[in-house]
Amino acid sequence: MSRRVVPEINAGSMADIAFLLLIFFLVATTMEVDGGIARKLPQKQPPNQIPPPKLKEKNVLQIAINRKDQLLVEGAQRVAIKDLKQITIDFIDNGGGVGNKDVGTCDYCKGAKSPSSSDHPNKAVISLKSDRGTSYGAFIAIHDAVGQAYTELRNRVSKERYGKSYEALIKQQKSDKSQKLKDKIRAIKALYPEIISEVEPTGN
Amino acid sequence: MSKFKKQKKGLPPISTASLPDIVFMLLFFFMVSTTMRETELKIKQPTLPQAHNVSKFEHKNLVSTVYIGKSLDPNNEGDVIQLNDKISRVSDIKTFIFNNREKLLEDEIPFMTTLFKADVNAKVGTIADIKRNLRDIDALKISYAAVEKQD
Repeated sequence: MSRRVVPEINAGSMADIAFLLLIFFLVATTMEVDGGIARKLPQKQPPNQIPPPKLKEKNVLQIAINRKDQLLVEGAQRVAIKDLKQITIDFIDNGGGVGNKDVGTCDYCKGAKSPSSSDHPNKAVISLKSDRGTSYGAFIAIHDAVGQAYTELRNRVSKERYGKSYEALIKQQKSDKSQKLKDKIRAIKALYPEIISEVEPTGN
Repeated sequence: MSKFKKQKKGLPPISTASLPDIVFMLLFFFMVSTTMRETELKIKQPTLPQAHNVSKFEHKNLVSTVYIGKSLDPNNEGDVIQLNDKISRVSDIKTFIFNNREKLLEDEIPFMTTLFKADVNAKVGTIADIKRNLRDIDALKISYAAVEKQD
């Protein structure tokens, strides 16, 4: 009686098949995750809406950029983009509303308390005005500088209160979904709320 | 006299039996860590600006991407807009967003974000036109795509 021997299956081509699949996935997929600077557009107002109350001049930081990507702050001062962050910080953190009952004193602000600059971080508005011909790169650079200013102030106040920077709290949120952490983040955001207003661009 | 066998000449062949395992491991790594490329670009690959405060999206299906950049045609100087996989006009934005909304549940709609993937040299005017259209249909969450800058 001859013993039947099951022949071994040749697995030599297995590697080729796997390589083929591997190369397909390498080509058809991307590695990077999309990210961006998040902003919110204002709601559309009905045409017969009563115009909102005028803001005090000193509570608005006007940043304008022209079609040559040159910056103008408060209508008079030509600045370089690298100085914009510090100007924004000084403006938001001014806390000039000392003794003013309507706004209240900002007890966590460390600014100059100048009466000609913003009263309180939750009154301070950053107004961005661009031209239609402004390049997108310069536009984002301004948004980034303003965003960085807010992050730096939030980091500072968060370190004082919770011993941890704001960015660290945000990172922690990925693994820790507790309500306590959420409340902390919300509290810090309320201390320095990001109020950015974009004016309709000029020119055609 | 043949107590000592003659030594075999040459090296034994290296076994390749574990090669498929290694390749499969790589394959699974790439399958898990990457995402499918959804659309083919019909415009020049936009160079994204750099920024520090870049937030990543957690839910990809809530993001509608608008590409803005230069046309592949060298004679066309202005900015072109790409929605899904075709070149579009500013007025097509509303339809694009409505179509994306239909794929979602009712309570997910307020969390929808429009992501602008625009070239650094694109003009703000084009983006402003799109934003005006978005405001008309209450698609208020937007995001400006940027690459994270390290320093």
